[in-house]
Amino acid sequence: MTTKSERLLLLIVALVVVAFVLAPLFLMFATALKPDENQILRDLGNAHAFWINPSDISFKNFEAVLANKTFPILRYMLNSGIIVVSIVTIGIFVNSLAAFALARMQFTGRNLVIAFIVALIIIPMESVAIPLLLMMSAIGWVDTYKAQIIPFIAHPFSIFLFYQFFAAIPKDLDEAAYVAGASKLRTYWTIIMPLSLPTIATVAILQSLEYWNAYLWPLMVTRGSDARPVSLALAQFFSTPPPVWGNLMAFSVLMSLPILIVYFAFQRWFIQSTIGSGIKG
Amino acid sequence: MSYIKRDRRAAWYMLAPALLMIGVFIVLPFLMSVILSFTDQRLVPNPNVPTSFIGWRNYVRLAEDGDFLNAFWRTATFTILVVPLQSVMGLGAALLINTKLPMRNLFRGIYFLPTVISMVVVSVIWSSLYQREGFFNYAVTALSFGAVQPIDWLQNPYTAMPALVLLSAWQGFPFQMVVYLAGLQGISQELYEAARIEGANRWQEFWHVTMPGLRNTHILVAITTTIFAFKLFTQVQLLTQGGPSSVTDTLVRVMYMQGFRQGKVGVGAAAAVVFFLLVLGISLVQRLLVKEERAIQ
Repeated sequence: MTTKSERLLLLIVALVVVAFVLAPLFLMFATALKPDENQILRDLGNAHAFWINPSDISFKNFEAVLANKTFPILRYMLNSGIIVVSIVTIGIFVNSLAAFALARMQFTGRNLVIAFIVALIIIPMESVAIPLLLMMSAIGWVDTYKAQIIPFIAHPFSIFLFYQFFAAIPKDLDEAAYVAGASKLRTYWTIIMPLSLPTIATVAILQSLEYWNAYLWPLMVTRGSDARPVSLALAQFFSTPPPVWGNLMAFSVLMSLPILIVYFAFQRWFIQSTIGSGIKG
Repeated sequence: MSYIKRDRRAAWYMLAPALLMIGVFIVLPFLMSVILSFTDQRLVPNPNVPTSFIGWRNYVRLAEDGDFLNAFWRTATFTILVVPLQSVMGLGAALLINTKLPMRNLFRGIYFLPTVISMVVVSVIWSSLYQREGFFNYAVTALSFGAVQPIDWLQNPYTAMPALVLLSAWQGFPFQMVVYLAGLQGISQELYEAARIEGANRWQEFWHVTMPGLRNTHILVAITTTIFAFKLFTQVQLLTQGGPSSVTDTLVRVMYMQGFRQGKVGVGAAAAVVFFLLVLGISLVQRLLVKEERAIQ
């Protein structure tokens, strides 16, 4: 049905889109690997911006960024790592446990709690940021990891995703476990959670992306480099004139690498989780 | 009986950590936002001037204040430009991948890449493209054979907003692509076969089978993209700080500047409440549209 020439046309269109998608990323990698800032400035003004001769590759910018004492990038990446891993791991337990109770247990007020949690999905973080900041400074949490972790562990949308998945698992499984003498907590841990790996992955990916790239909240709640995440650090590095493009792009590459590696390893799950997030709203 | 009772108590124990944290970190600050919006609270309180309730004055100030209205219209402009652009790009890419294209999964994997890149990184990369000596000016000058002078894309009041729209669409379109792909795969093949038997060409197929089949996907994409667009902040704060001449100011930025930078918590909270109501309104429209569809079927 699809002729050869049509296929060729499709392929050409697809490659044009590839160029549009990849050009800015090529620019980032190429610029980061060019040793001479003057050459970079010249290249940025024409098509050389997107390319580097393999023989010109140099890690000078990376060395400079890693040696920069004012913007200790490894510290920032560690900060982001601690924050993201804490939110994701603790969050998975807290949210899935709540969802398990809602989806697979009987108690009065259940439907009310479900409605309440679904209603809360709509509240954007932006509209509670200022009072949350007042709370954080009242309890002395400004400029800490805690302030960037604890408020974001319980997450209505993650509870909802888990709830939807748990509710679809046949109830016979629980009954069999009950007959075998398993407690509810045991059923949750040994039967339901192992079945839920796709949803766990979805929640983990969505949360990781959100907090690795967080900007507004750290901008308000961090002061020095102690607890500052990497995205905000890049923003401040970028806002310190004059821009040294080679260093900026090396910083950008370093910051993007962990996410890119995880993306290439779990590509299918990333795309699946995006569909999951589309149900939101 | 005792089994059920035990079950009940266990359920509440399991819910407790999540409900407690939701109460403290979402519900409480949300209520505080509403209450603070009726006060003259400052970020750094002045011990000599206690905080007091001032009624609707913060809201009146917002309504009369040019900055807030300006930010509303600029955010709306951004939304009106970015939502169709991003949706069409997403639909186009999804249609492309949904054909008999060779190596579809590879293409899908590449197209998805911008979305995993942080908006801060995206802003850094695109600012190098938009600068006066950047690639865009090179391309414009070359394509016009030197007739068009270099433009300061992010400093020019006419180009700053479109420049932000383009980089935001580049970063965001894979989301729409993936949602449309799921929508396309939900359309029954029988409909296409029936259309072919009727002698429909590709164009007719697209308008009479594909587009109607995507009705709910369109609504979902439009609403979620609109809400995303309304939260515009990072790229603006990094690239234009709301300028030039405030043409790229946004609601979240006003909230941040008033409530945080200038320390006027009351005004910032009022802006936050209005922002919330707008987001709520948008998602209610979605619920209505999707319900109506279900009622028809």
